[in-house]
Amino acid sequence: MRKMFAVIGITMLLLCSASAALAAAPIKIGGLFAVTGPASFLGEPEKNTLELLVKEANAKGGINGSKIELFIYDTGGDATKAVQLANKLIKNDKVVAIIGPSTTGESMAVIPVAEKEQIPLISCAAGIKITDPVKKWVFKTPANDHVAAEKILIQAEKLKQKNIALITVSDSFGSSGREQLKQMAAKRGFKIVADEVYSPKDTDMTPQLTKIKAAKPDAIICWGTNPGPAIITRNIQQLGMKTQVYQSHGVASKKYIELATAQAAEGIMLPAGKLAVFDLLKPSDPQAKLLKDYNTDYKKSYGVEASTFGGYAYDGFQLVAAAIKKGAATPAQIRDGIEKNGRMVGVSGIFKMTPTDHNGLDLGAFEMVRIVKGDWVIVK
Amino acid sequence: MELLNQVTQFVISGLATGSIYALIGLSFAIIFNSTGIINFAQGEFVMLGGVLTIFSLNVLHLPLIAAILVAVAVTTVIGLVFERLAIRPLKNATPLMLIIITIGASILIRGLVMLLWGKDTQALPAFSGTDPISVAGATLLPQHLWIFGVTVLVIIGCRLFFNHTISGKAMRACSFNRRAANLVGISVGRMVLFSFVISAAVGALAGVIIAPLTMTAYDVGVMLGLKGFCAAIMGGMGSGLGTVLGGLILGTLESLGAGLISSGYKDAIAFFILLLILFIRPQGLFKKGETERV
Repeated sequence: MRKMFAVIGITMLLLCSASAALAAAPIKIGGLFAVTGPASFLGEPEKNTLELLVKEANAKGGINGSKIELFIYDTGGDATKAVQLANKLIKNDKVVAIIGPSTTGESMAVIPVAEKEQIPLISCAAGIKITDPVKKWVFKTPANDHVAAEKILIQAEKLKQKNIALITVSDSFGSSGREQLKQMAAKRGFKIVADEVYSPKDTDMTPQLTKIKAAKPDAIICWGTNPGPAIITRNIQQLGMKTQVYQSHGVASKKYIELATAQAAEGIMLPAGKLAVFDLLKPSDPQAKLLKDYNTDYKKSYGVEASTFGGYAYDGFQLVAAAIKKGAATPAQIRDGIEKNGRMVGVSGIFKMTPTDHNGLDLGAFEMVRIVKGDWVIVK
Repeated sequence: MELLNQVTQFVISGLATGSIYALIGLSFAIIFNSTGIINFAQGEFVMLGGVLTIFSLNVLHLPLIAAILVAVAVTTVIGLVFERLAIRPLKNATPLMLIIITIGASILIRGLVMLLWGKDTQALPAFSGTDPISVAGATLLPQHLWIFGVTVLVIIGCRLFFNHTISGKAMRACSFNRRAANLVGISVGRMVLFSFVISAAVGALAGVIIAPLTMTAYDVGVMLGLKGFCAAIMGGMGSGLGTVLGGLILGTLESLGAGLISSGYKDAIAFFILLLILFIRPQGLFKKGETERV
C-alpha cells in the first residue's frame, strides 16, 4: 500500500514538473495585507483588487506568456506577523516582488527584510517615512499625506485665508497630518490660531470647537477618518459657525456626507483621490477611463464600489506588471524596471518613479472638491 | 463676556454628554445593586440599542417608534439570555469570575455585531430636527433635550420601582444580604435575572437616544461603557441620584478640561478623576462610609 502511494506521489511530481516545463515558468508575486483586524478596511479591498487583477491577467494568458502565481497572506495589521510572513513569502514561496503591507507600521517593520533579501517591496501605506529617505528596494503607491495638506493650504491661499485653526484626531493619521500641516503652514506664512485634538472615539467636540470659535479663524482644517469629522461637522452647525471648513482626504467618500448630513456638510472642501470623483472628471482626463473600468470590474466581482485603498494594490500590481512586460524576471530586474518605468497612469494618480522619488506622485493625485447639496463638485 | 459665553457652552456641552454617561452609569448600578457584579458587557447593550434601531429602520423599514421598541425588546431578550446562559449556570462563582465572564460576553457580542452588520459607522436621524436651540449664549440640539428627558424619566422610574414595588424592594434586599433575602422567601435567582433584564433595557434605551448624536458602530460600546462605569463609581455604584450626579460632573469636568486646559487630555482627565475617587472615596462621592460589622 505504502509503495503504491509512493508511486502515485512520484508520478504526480513528474506530471507537475512536466506541465510546468511546457508553459513558461509562472511569475510568483506576494501580497501582504491586513485583511482582518483594525486595518481591515484597507486590507480587504487591497486583497480583492490584487486577486481580481491577477485573474484578469491570467485569463489573457499571463504577462509575456507567463502565468502569475499569487501568494497572499493576512497580517491582521500586526507588524511582527508581517515580518514573519514577508520572510515566508521570500524564503518558502520564492516570490519576486511583494505588494503591501497595508499600514505604515507594518511597512516600516518589513522594510529591513526586503532590503536584506533584495526583494522589491511596493507598500500600500501612506506614511511619508516609507520612501523618505529613499530605500533601494522600497516603493509605495498612496500619495503622501503632505500632498493632501499642501492642496488644502494652496486652496486657502487662493481664498486669502490667513488665520487657520486645526482640529486633528489623536491617532497616527491625525498626528502625522497635524505635523505636516503645521510645518507647511509656517512655511507658507499662515498663522495657526488654534490647534485642538480629539480622540478617535469622542462623541462630542463642541468644547474644542467653542475654543476655535473664540480664536476667530478664517478657516478650520479637520484631519481624521469617520466618524470624528462627521461629528465635528454637525457640531459646527450646532454652534452656528460660518467659518470655511476643510476636511482631509481621509473622509473622501459619500459615507462622510451621509453621516454628517448634507445640510451640515454644505460648502465644505476637501482633497479627494480621483477615484472618489471619477464620474465628474473630464473625459480628456488621462485617469478617467482607467478609474471607470476599475470601478466597474470591482463592482461586478464584489458587489460594492471600488475604494481608494484597493487602488493602492492596483497601482502596485501595475508597476510590477509593467516591469515584467519589459522583460524583467529577477527581483533586481523588476526593481530597476519599476524605477525606470517612466510615466504610468494609475488609480492614485500619474506615477513617475525616479531613483530619488520612490512614490512618484505629485499634487495632481488629488482633486479639490466642494460639497454641494450632498454631492461632490470639483473646485476650479 | 467672551470667556463667560465659552464657559456656558462648555458647561452645557458637558451636561449633555454627562447625562449620557449618567444613563449608562444607572444601568451599571442596577445590576451591581442586586448581584454585586459589575457588568462590563453594559456598553454592548448600549451599542445594540443603536445598531438594532438602525437595522429595524433601514432594513425592516419600520417606523421610528416601532424600530426603537424592537431594538429595546431584542436587547432585553439578549440580556435575559446572557444571564441564563453565562451567569446562572455558575452556582458558586465569585464576583471576580462573573466580571471576567461579562468581559468575555462583551467581546463576543461585539464580534457578532461586526460580522452581521459590518464595521461601518451609521447614524440615526434626529428625533425632532437638528435646529440648534440657544440657551444663554450657548447652543444645544433638540436631541440633547430628549436625552435629558429620558434620563429624568429613568431616574423617576427607578426610584418608584426600587422603593415602592415588591419586586424592587426584593431586589434591594438581595443586594443587602443574599442569604437573608433567600430566607424570607425571595427568589434570588429571579431577582438577578430581573436586574439583567432592566439594565439591558435601560442600556438599549440609552443607545437609541444617543445614536442620532454620537452615531453608532459595533465598537462604540467600549468607551461609552467605561465612561458610564466612571459615573457609577463616582456615585458610589448605588444611589440612583448619586450616579446621575456622577455622570453630570464627569461630563462637565471633561468638557471644561478640554476647553480650558487642553483637548489632548480629555480622556486622561476623566480617568484621573476615576482613580482619585477610587483612592480617596471608594464608597463614592455622595455616600456615607459603611461600617463593616465583624
